Amino acid sequence: MSRRKTERLLNLVICLLATHRPLSAEQIRQAVPGYDPDNDEAFQRMFERDKNELREIGIPIDVHKDPWDDDPGYRIVRESYELPEITLEHDEAAVIGLAAQVWQRASLAEAASGALLKLRAGGVRADLSPSPLELRVDTRDPAFPPLWEAVRDRRAVTFGYRRAAGESVLTRTVEPWGVVSRRGRWYVVGHDRDRGASRVFRLGRIVGTVTPIGRPGSVIVPEGVDLRAMVGFQEMGVERTALVRVRRGTCLGLRRAAQELRPGRDGWDEAELTFSDPEWLAGWIASLGSDAVVVGPPDAREAVIRRLKGALQ
Amino acid sequence: MSSDRLPRLLALVPYLMSHPGAEVPEVAELFGLSEKQLIDDLQLVWMCGLPGHTPGDLIDVSWDGGEIIIDNADTIARPLKLGVDEASALLVALRMLGELPEFKDMDVLGRVIAKLESAAGEGAATVSAQVQVEIGAAPGAHAAITDATRRRRRLSLRYYVPGRDEITPREVDPIRVVLVEGRHYLEGWCYRAEAMRMFRVDRIVEVEILDVPADPPAEAEPMDVTEGVFRPSESDELVELELTAMGRWVAEYYPCEEVTELGEGRLRVTLRVRDQSWLVRLALRLGENGTVIAPPSLTEQVADAARQALANYEHMA
Repeated sequence: MSRRKTERLLNLVICLLATHRPLSAEQIRQAVPGYDPDNDEAFQRMFERDKNELREIGIPIDVHKDPWDDDPGYRIVRESYELPEITLEHDEAAVIGLAAQVWQRASLAEAASGALLKLRAGGVRADLSPSPLELRVDTRDPAFPPLWEAVRDRRAVTFGYRRAAGESVLTRTVEPWGVVSRRGRWYVVGHDRDRGASRVFRLGRIVGTVTPIGRPGSVIVPEGVDLRAMVGFQEMGVERTALVRVRRGTCLGLRRAAQELRPGRDGWDEAELTFSDPEWLAGWIASLGSDAVVVGPPDAREAVIRRLKGALQ
Repeated sequence: MSSDRLPRLLALVPYLMSHPGAEVPEVAELFGLSEKQLIDDLQLVWMCGLPGHTPGDLIDVSWDGGEIIIDNADTIARPLKLGVDEASALLVALRMLGELPEFKDMDVLGRVIAKLESAAGEGAATVSAQVQVEIGAAPGAHAAITDATRRRRRLSLRYYVPGRDEITPREVDPIRVVLVEGRHYLEGWCYRAEAMRMFRVDRIVEVEILDVPADPPAEAEPMDVTEGVFRPSESDELVELELTAMGRWVAEYYPCEEVTELGEGRLRVTLRVRDQSWLVRLALRLGENGTVIAPPSLTEQVADAARQALANYEHMA
């Protein structure tokens, strides 16, 4: 943005805030330096663009239409423009400082620091002294910004999605209810229009761009929906117990996780492990090589043998 | 100049109004500007004001001796209200903080959230309830580590290293406690490694706060975790893997130098590996869903390890 334009926009904001009654476009043209005094069409175009730019940065411009007047009037209502008075105690300012540093990537990091700057400009003394506690949330998935916007604007989206192990990318149309980060991964929860049911999608498996469809405000989030429970539900299964023989003096991590641990024969100990997915258990035990052996149940045992044979080739 | 200049000016003027006599360097830093850019902003503001634009209408700014005094800017003396994204970004983060043990019994978050919500309006409150960051339960060692970090005391740890499947004793001067990618880490100067290290808190088997003040050497600088905690080094060995659709998760979990789609969901990836035994474990875990392509010596090691493990099952059968 050129310096002249910034000057014009700043003067326009001051002019619209200062006026008590709505001003017509012509009055604004007279009052704000930088508008074309001769060419009406050029002025109209420029004024339209300026109003849009102010709205884009969140400045509310009121438009008044009187039945007896052809030309609308414009002004900015102070109460809807200004940050309300906000005072923070010392401990409150400290946590705002901590919260503002959480986001790591462009969109939200800028939003958070913009918010902090406004609060400080409003007189809040936020504490940014280095804290021994540091919290970072990453939104590196390219799908995050468009999904945040879709959730904010209550718009449906469509995107390509690869199932966990699926080979093909299918197009999904989803009314997003929310996004949840769990164990460092982002999920979108919503109503899958093609399947007519609620579904959870992992952002890391979205392929290509997320495109908003339909009008803003058209998505209705069901009352009382528990986003976290929906994401968590995916990972639950029936829990069973596996018996695993572990070589003495090895598999320290497995021993820590075991429900039961007892000495066995010939330099081996026996551990009992709780699991729900035999494939997950098989992956873990196979990774321990010749130091751990699944005795049972049979499906878990077979799954380990299959993995080890697979690793032979 | 970028298009954020106008929003910046609309925050700068109120800041200067509420902090009369603020110094040029400190304000420049706060707004992320060079001193020259800040002066340029001040000069621009000085050209603006109420319609009429007589000297009495214009904003008055001076920065003689580096102290900024602003006057006649009452119209824009308050900052613009928070946008939905701005307020939501803070609110989501504040709600996340509420899950940390440190804040469990404190009402400070509730107070801040209420104040922000009332300042921001309804939109932000709704959005921020729809974006949630879940923090897993803090591991047992977390409280002692946070305490030692705040009080700057040396820690004695027993730490589990899964790549080598061993527990090692370490003395560590804590620098900070970091939550990144959904996990808690202790970052500190490790006397065993003679270097800065990140310790996953859930892998700390035992922790003891020593009666010794933490005294890390001057070169103990916290690392930048923006690109993740695990940052491969140039000296680590390059390993090439082929993954089936079922093995694609590897590319999601570990930073890869190169990822090539091979069709039907299959991938070829290149990653840097510090510890060969870690890669052997990964290959065993993957089974038929991953194949080590290079280096060939590693392919051999994986096959050997698989043969030895399978022998156990033959004995038992």
